[in-house]
Amino acid sequence: MAAIYSLFIINKSGGLIYYKDYGSAGRMDTNDSLRLASLWHSMHAISQQLSPTTGCNGIDLLRADTFDLHCFQSLTGTKFFVICEPSAPYMELLLKVIYELYTDYVLKNPFYEMEMPIRCELFDLNLSQVVQKDRVALLAR
Amino acid sequence: MQFFSGSTSTESSLLPAAPPGTGAGGPGNNAHMLYIFNRAGVCLLYREWNRPLRTLDPQQDHKLMFGLLFSLRSFTAKIDPTTAEKGNLGVPLLPGQGCSFYSFKTNTYQLNFMETPSGIKLILITHSRTGDQREALKYIYNLYVEYVVKNPLYVPGTPIQCDLFTKNLDQYVRTLI
Repeated sequence: MAAIYSLFIINKSGGLIYYKDYGSAGRMDTNDSLRLASLWHSMHAISQQLSPTTGCNGIDLLRADTFDLHCFQSLTGTKFFVICEPSAPYMELLLKVIYELYTDYVLKNPFYEMEMPIRCELFDLNLSQVVQKDRVALLAR
Repeated sequence: MQFFSGSTSTESSLLPAAPPGTGAGGPGNNAHMLYIFNRAGVCLLYREWNRPLRTLDPQQDHKLMFGLLFSLRSFTAKIDPTTAEKGNLGVPLLPGQGCSFYSFKTNTYQLNFMETPSGIKLILITHSRTGDQREALKYIYNLYVEYVVKNPLYVPGTPIQCDLFTKNLDQYVRTLI
């Protein structure tokens, strides 16, 4: 798995339910992360309206000067997006793995309420194992 | 952020190394649409080559496109993981301020974006598998400078109606992959 700067999970109404930062300069406070998540949710929806052909599912990849943003939307409308370095490989795969962890440790947790912020230890633990491996590579430069 | 390295001569620099594959994929264009906006949000040019689906009327469509880009620029400037000092989310950004995106991809199309220091925004929508179109956008901007800006009859801030520009644009876009 590759190294990422941060991970966001948005519920189907656009609210942020999970945010984890893995080493971006300048941490964002909670309010900012909430605002950015809702902004992304709206822009994802607007991009579907502007499509020249039918069948658009929203933005998959956004490329900027200093980072890339990969987004995965599940069939239920939950969006997972990661901020990573430009041209980082295997991000789609990483998003699918995170989605699997989400289904295993969050959705199957009987105490988890749908659409609420995620507070599941096992999810955090396994997620950090998946991402941590490459964090050293990111910090080392 | 640096822009046009060394295109000071006029005629010769109009032709970059054009991407291989001279539109041999038939008469169809691989580009769907092109929008050009100025700093104030006025749509200077909207060119359509291949657009099967139109969800909104043209005015709404232009406003939606401009609004999307405006918000996306604020978004990328704020979420940028490499700078520590970022402004607040709602503040309008100057051209060139903060990290800007240059392209996004969906499953049906790819939107390529370029903003010049004067605030002119060029948006090229192509099909989803095209490569990096930044050079193409620079070339189109050069065409704009040559045929529109240098046209003494053109009033800045109004929609573009220069035949030479649209002719050359169509010709160039036909060679894009």
